[in-house]
Amino acid sequence: MATAYYLAAKHGIRKVAVIEKGWLGGGNSGRNTQVVRSNYFWPQSADFYEYSLKLYERLNAELNFNVMLSQRGILSLAHSHHELESQRRWANSIQINGIDSEVMNPQQIKKLVPSINLQGRLPVHGGFIQKRGGIARHDAVVWAYARAASNLGVDIIQETEVTDFKITEGRITGVKTSQGQVSADRVCISVAGHTSVLARKAGFRLPITSMALQAMVSEPIKPCLNTVVISNMIHVYVSQSDRGELVIGGAADLYNSYAQRGGIPVLEENMAAFLKLFPSFSRLRLNRQWAGIVDITPDTTPIMGKTPVKNLYINCGFGTGGYKAIPAGGDTMAYTIAKDKTHPLIQDFNLERFAKGKLVDESAAAGVEH
Amino acid sequence: MNSQQKFRQSQGGLIDRSRPLNFTFNNQSYQGYYGDTLASALLANGVRVISRSFKFHRPRGVFSSGVEEPNALLKVDFGSGTIPLASATTLPLVDNLSAQSENCFPSVNFDLGRFLDYTRPLWPAGFYNKTFKWPSWHTYEWAFRKTAGLTRLPDDQDQTQYRQMNRHCDLLIVGMGQAGLNAAIQAADQGRDVLIVEKDVLPGGSLLFDEMEIDGQASRDWITGIFQELTDRENVQLLLSSTAVGYYDHNVITVHDCSAKYRSKNALETFWKVRADQVILATGAIEQPLIFANNDLPGIMLAGAMREYHQRYAVKCGTTVVGVANNDFGWRSMFSLKEAGIKVPLIIDSRTDVDEGLSAKADEHGIEVQLGSVPLKAKGSRCVKLLEYLTSKQDKKDVKCDAIAVSGGLNPTVHLYSQAGGKLRFDNALACFVPDHCRQNVSVVGAANGEFTGLGDCNVSTRQPAPMSKNSQWVDLLHDVTVSDIELAVQENYVSVEHMKRYTTTGMAVDQGKTSNLNALSLLASSLSKSPGEVGTTTYRPNFIPVTMGAISGNRKGELYIPTRHLSAHNWHHDRGAVFDDYGGWRRPAYYGKERDSSILKEVDLVRHAVGLFDASPLGKIEVKGPDAGKFLNRIYVNNIQSLKVGAIRYGLMLNENGIVIDDGVCVRLEEDHYLLHTTSSNAERIVSWLEEWHQCEWPHLNLVICPVTTQWAVLNVAGPGSRETLQGLEGMVDLSSMNLPHMGFQSASFKSGLPYRIQRVSFTGELSYELAIPAKAATEYFSLIMDLGEPLGIGLFGIEALLNLRIEKGFFHVGVDTDGTTNPYDLGFETIVQNQQDDFIGARSLKRSADCDQDRRQFVGLKIDGNGSGVKAGAHLVTNNKNPISEGFLTSAWQSPIVGCTIGLGTINGGLQRMGEKIFIYDDKKISTATIVDRCFYDPKGGRMHE
Amino acid sequence: MLRIDCPYCGIRDEVEFRYGGESHLSRPQPEVDDVQWSDYLFNRKNTKGVFFERWCHSYGCGQWFNVARNTVTHEILKTYVMGEPKPEIKQ
Repeated sequence: MATAYYLAAKHGIRKVAVIEKGWLGGGNSGRNTQVVRSNYFWPQSADFYEYSLKLYERLNAELNFNVMLSQRGILSLAHSHHELESQRRWANSIQINGIDSEVMNPQQIKKLVPSINLQGRLPVHGGFIQKRGGIARHDAVVWAYARAASNLGVDIIQETEVTDFKITEGRITGVKTSQGQVSADRVCISVAGHTSVLARKAGFRLPITSMALQAMVSEPIKPCLNTVVISNMIHVYVSQSDRGELVIGGAADLYNSYAQRGGIPVLEENMAAFLKLFPSFSRLRLNRQWAGIVDITPDTTPIMGKTPVKNLYINCGFGTGGYKAIPAGGDTMAYTIAKDKTHPLIQDFNLERFAKGKLVDESAAAGVEH
Repeated sequence: MNSQQKFRQSQGGLIDRSRPLNFTFNNQSYQGYYGDTLASALLANGVRVISRSFKFHRPRGVFSSGVEEPNALLKVDFGSGTIPLASATTLPLVDNLSAQSENCFPSVNFDLGRFLDYTRPLWPAGFYNKTFKWPSWHTYEWAFRKTAGLTRLPDDQDQTQYRQMNRHCDLLIVGMGQAGLNAAIQAADQGRDVLIVEKDVLPGGSLLFDEMEIDGQASRDWITGIFQELTDRENVQLLLSSTAVGYYDHNVITVHDCSAKYRSKNALETFWKVRADQVILATGAIEQPLIFANNDLPGIMLAGAMREYHQRYAVKCGTTVVGVANNDFGWRSMFSLKEAGIKVPLIIDSRTDVDEGLSAKADEHGIEVQLGSVPLKAKGSRCVKLLEYLTSKQDKKDVKCDAIAVSGGLNPTVHLYSQAGGKLRFDNALACFVPDHCRQNVSVVGAANGEFTGLGDCNVSTRQPAPMSKNSQWVDLLHDVTVSDIELAVQENYVSVEHMKRYTTTGMAVDQGKTSNLNALSLLASSLSKSPGEVGTTTYRPNFIPVTMGAISGNRKGELYIPTRHLSAHNWHHDRGAVFDDYGGWRRPAYYGKERDSSILKEVDLVRHAVGLFDASPLGKIEVKGPDAGKFLNRIYVNNIQSLKVGAIRYGLMLNENGIVIDDGVCVRLEEDHYLLHTTSSNAERIVSWLEEWHQCEWPHLNLVICPVTTQWAVLNVAGPGSRETLQGLEGMVDLSSMNLPHMGFQSASFKSGLPYRIQRVSFTGELSYELAIPAKAATEYFSLIMDLGEPLGIGLFGIEALLNLRIEKGFFHVGVDTDGTTNPYDLGFETIVQNQQDDFIGARSLKRSADCDQDRRQFVGLKIDGNGSGVKAGAHLVTNNKNPISEGFLTSAWQSPIVGCTIGLGTINGGLQRMGEKIFIYDDKKISTATIVDRCFYDPKGGRMHE
Repeated sequence: MLRIDCPYCGIRDEVEFRYGGESHLSRPQPEVDDVQWSDYLFNRKNTKGVFFERWCHSYGCGQWFNVARNTVTHEILKTYVMGEPKPEIKQ
């Protein structure tokens, strides 16, 4: 939706159709835990996600829709001396990239998050915070872009599945769908977990694995957590929504899956990790659990730009961290599609990097999915 | 009968009047009986206003008698703790319980929050998306967050015990209603291993209030009989107060068992994980409400619930009750109330034709009937007083009442079925969704399968509310969603059922829409001129009802959160002042003594000038044996292992297929076809798995076996100038002279006591150093022995921190600290080793990529840091510009070295090997220092001390 | 929770196993070019539907084996020992 919007708004290309297999925002956009941040390690990633965060900060004005961006801070915890060192490297990287980040000691953490438990197994040794990070209402972001795009003349076609591509002499000429054919000069695939399915139809392979990523919410309680807390070591992250629910996530269920459904082992791990950090919440009840399909790349960095098929573009591989990238992803892809030239911010995210061995290994920063 | 319980019937019910219980609600004292729920007790005492709604703070009363309750959610304190948001309709009453209404100020009877209700037009669904944008959401967010949440986090300690139970069974039956109990006895007769669970405290399901005759018995007697029969069967397990909450893949179901939570001194919750060959769902059905203006007033309840309160709890829900129905089931509830002596002046039903028998019975009971009639509006302030309705002739009439029983038909409880992957279909006759087909081994029986008895006809169109006062027609009571909200969603083009849910938030509360989803999607369907079947339902997800988080995580807390691995000699170290920390999953001594920095300095000095003793037991040890062992290891390591002589040691580097360094360690050739690999401590298990994977999956034809022996051998590292003399004192120790045991040499023998040992002369510290491996059980004994032997030489213990600093002085990298997921062997200066390997090894091909050989890659170097380098820590970045720093690398290890006389470090920097002598800047948490790139080895570069 | 039928031990819970991704990968000779090497190293079928994958019974017999599993329904259609060829599965 963002790509369509920017194509129309910034490049004047309004003859755009967005074809969605299900209902608008029904994929990962409607299932994620809403975390927005730009505290990435490598400069290429940092620049990209920072651009995205800056766009988020202006989104209400740009789209005339309240996406409820709440920049309440993202706190990453370190549970050992060694992890403090890796975090320090990470925090410095962020600072050098010109993005806000502050190292915190355990006392400062306790003051910011009074209900946190710093002791016990794998005690909290410290952490660092990106104050401008936070959460935004996921459905609102989709609807905001959809409305704005639609107002500019973009056609949004739901409940329609792309079943094949029309390719002539190595160049895309259109798509076949469950409702008929659509001719097009340029086509962009932006389907996250299902990217391999479509790539296969277009005749090329990808280094992507699709897995289920779970998320869950508690019953609503009065405000008691005002920061987003993330722990890479114990695989959990948590925030409190404006409705009062605690939103909890963790690691993916580690096997290929398109089911949008996770299993009990990860559920238990998430609960145990959450209660280890916040033992006073043990009596709270878990209301609902769900999952999306995340497309994971070998270096946990996205794949954006051109494909082996002329005029066919791709935007995928964000894995567990796509939500924060929506504005920048949309903007850079719109540029790339409009000019048939990769946007400078996403040069290093190309598909060719794997053959060259030039991976942008972000696993430290991407860490626990959000 | 207690005169306070004005609404308690003098007889009947399944309560035990010989056991009165005291409780308080909002600090007022009341009484109830054993067998009551909190809701039934409150109703018995005539308490009508129980809570305030989430969004608009409207007064609310008890609405249902089960898990579908949207209103009576209270904060409850009892014996063993607080339940922040308890459902009063399912909470068994216990003595001295105290309940509070939350979400209201100053009280539930007078709540200032109601101003939101009086300004309701300002807050339609999705209002926040259109407003509160300027200057940003932050300006308003704090106010909204304060109104959010229904309850507060309790501040007392949670004393509940949580445990998990695992169960395998042939058949799991969910529900002890008539259908479930019948299925159980059938399966029991077949000799199957049966587990049957029931969420209520009593078996019977709807039979507890829907009296009928079964096999010639009154239903109550039938229940008692069959329950006893099942209890006596050895192959049947029955769990009450146990709710099946989640249905997962491969027929695994989770059950939340609260049978020991309320009525015992020590509250216990059990989370069952049941693996069943077959599942039968006998989960019944939930009655649905009908919608009209102010249909949320206290006193308006589900008809079946009123009947249950009467039959089961002997509680009258009103004195004059009007029935509003669209099906026969609702009528039967009204008849039951009339028979109990409650005034039932009227039943209105939107159907124009009903069964003759039904009409006749109404006549018999003296109940006026209005067919083709719809409810319009309920009136009252804190309790219903009047119902306005429209007759079939379109006349507006009204009737006085103090309670309204609504019955909009039954909706099968298909949550678990859907979670299992079961598909539903809409049944037009029953006006609800029924199970259709499921690929898992599950079947549905009874009301859950749409087999309703006495429901009669139930016309779809008659669920539609009258078109008036739509913003007072409540669809979702918990989230205060009205008919006008849903119409607004349609107007704004949120037409998918999922969009409607997210836009209006209907069905998203803790009741997950049990009494609202069906109405909501029916409304959506009619606005779109579709059938409910075409609109479909939103996705069903675990949990059926909210589950305590503590129950799900069970015992995984405190010390049991993650397994702790201790050294064999842990206590021995502890007694000698060891301060422990977690390293690679093990608890190991970081240092010994009171103060960290001074202790570490002392230990480092000890090793350099006297002799130190270190526990290296977690060092990974793997034996690989077989005719093809050498061939195999040549492919695993970068180095040539096959050329190693028996009894000799070679340093080995392991890569993954992408050319990245994953581990290093020394490899010993014990015998011709027998090797001993050492790995870093934190990678021990990972490398064993790695070897097994390659052997089993890629090269199964290679003849060898892999045996991990990490925990079999304790390793005592003795390092320092006095190490040889110390160890030589052990009786049965081999000749440790350089002639017999040179550096990188290995020997194995037995001590005089008969204890076998292996000794290798390797050094990570840069001093003369030996690693003595003995059977782990002898660790403590030999630690003591060696300490005694080394005493005259000034021996002392040293911990990991000292070790890591000693090796920095030697420029030895530590995999995982100085290397990361991007380091290849060229970056570490191993070009020669790679080039010398002719045969293929894991990672070899990747190293041939030009990006892997690039001279500008980050390369491992040493750093001399200027000033006293105060505060510069590992994690700092190496930058070339101090004004606009651009990162060229990282400082991976740092140490203020007394022997070198300044702060030294190890790190990686772009093209580092070509930049010896260059001055660079260091950026660390907004501060800049300077340093020089030097050779990584700061101490004894020729290695003379190790080779002594 | 998946219940996996280990060919050596029988049906066990998911937590006893470690996942190994796509099976029947063919490690090419070192002479292949960068693109072909990258294809082996990184590209995967990531099938939506019946997928042939590897699992290791880490907390049991320690053996690797193959599984044919539907990645949409999670239904396990067949488990077979490591080294056996891909079986014919009726979709």
